[in-house]
Amino acid sequence: MAVETIPSRESIQEALELRHTKAVQERISAACVAVCGLGGLGSNVAIALARCGIGGLHLIDFDRVDLTNLNRQQYPIAGLDRPKPEALRDELCRFNPYLDVRTDFVKLDEENIPALLKDDLYICEAFDRAEQKAMLTNCVLTVFPEKYLVGASGMAGYGDSGSIRTRRILPHYYLCGDGVSTLEKNGGLMAPRVMLCAAHQANKILELIIKGE
Amino acid sequence: MVKINGNPEDVAGMTLLAYLQREGYTLDRLAVECNEQIVPKNDYGNQLLADGDVLEIVSFVGGG
Repeated sequence: MAVETIPSRESIQEALELRHTKAVQERISAACVAVCGLGGLGSNVAIALARCGIGGLHLIDFDRVDLTNLNRQQYPIAGLDRPKPEALRDELCRFNPYLDVRTDFVKLDEENIPALLKDDLYICEAFDRAEQKAMLTNCVLTVFPEKYLVGASGMAGYGDSGSIRTRRILPHYYLCGDGVSTLEKNGGLMAPRVMLCAAHQANKILELIIKGE
Repeated sequence: MVKINGNPEDVAGMTLLAYLQREGYTLDRLAVECNEQIVPKNDYGNQLLADGDVLEIVSFVGGG
């Protein structure tokens, strides 16, 4: 029989502590992560962190859900044409109803990044276009050297799971992916390899939250 | 010698911009770190590469 009432905040927290231990869960529950770009990478990163009981997520994208997104992005048919931040928020709340979610349906650029990201200690770069990845990375590392940035580059195609890895570029900047796979050379973006890369990003963010650098 | 992405290169004295152009990098897809510091884009033209510098050039590819 389906559960009709939503469990209390306390009982959900208790279940998370049972799985993750109380000390670890306290750190996760106190952290807030900005996810910049809510496509194949960002939607999967957000789901992984929300499943872990992250304290807050700041979901940022300027795009609406499209039929060509459903091969790898975590949206349902009912989400088509909706702005991605609110569509993803609704998906997350289905299993983590007390998650603190802030949404911004906006395109990030050098002008608005300083104001929009100032409150988020952990930032996930999950954009699609190489130029956008470079813009966010340069901007965040220059404006906010004290924050933690976890980005991604190279996850197109299929197979060769082991070449997706996490590299430390700077003490506060990590880059996930194989660094080289492109849509042109390796075919399109497919769920398994994009999810592998997103899992690397979520896993590094979690490690930074729990253990520090 | 300047260490660039793990490889020693004999490019001390060049500007970072001249090196990037010589190597054919697409400038708007890059992030460059020198000695564990990000190099702001506007400084590429006047940053001189020096002996002992350790550079990491991240050249982004699309997909996400």
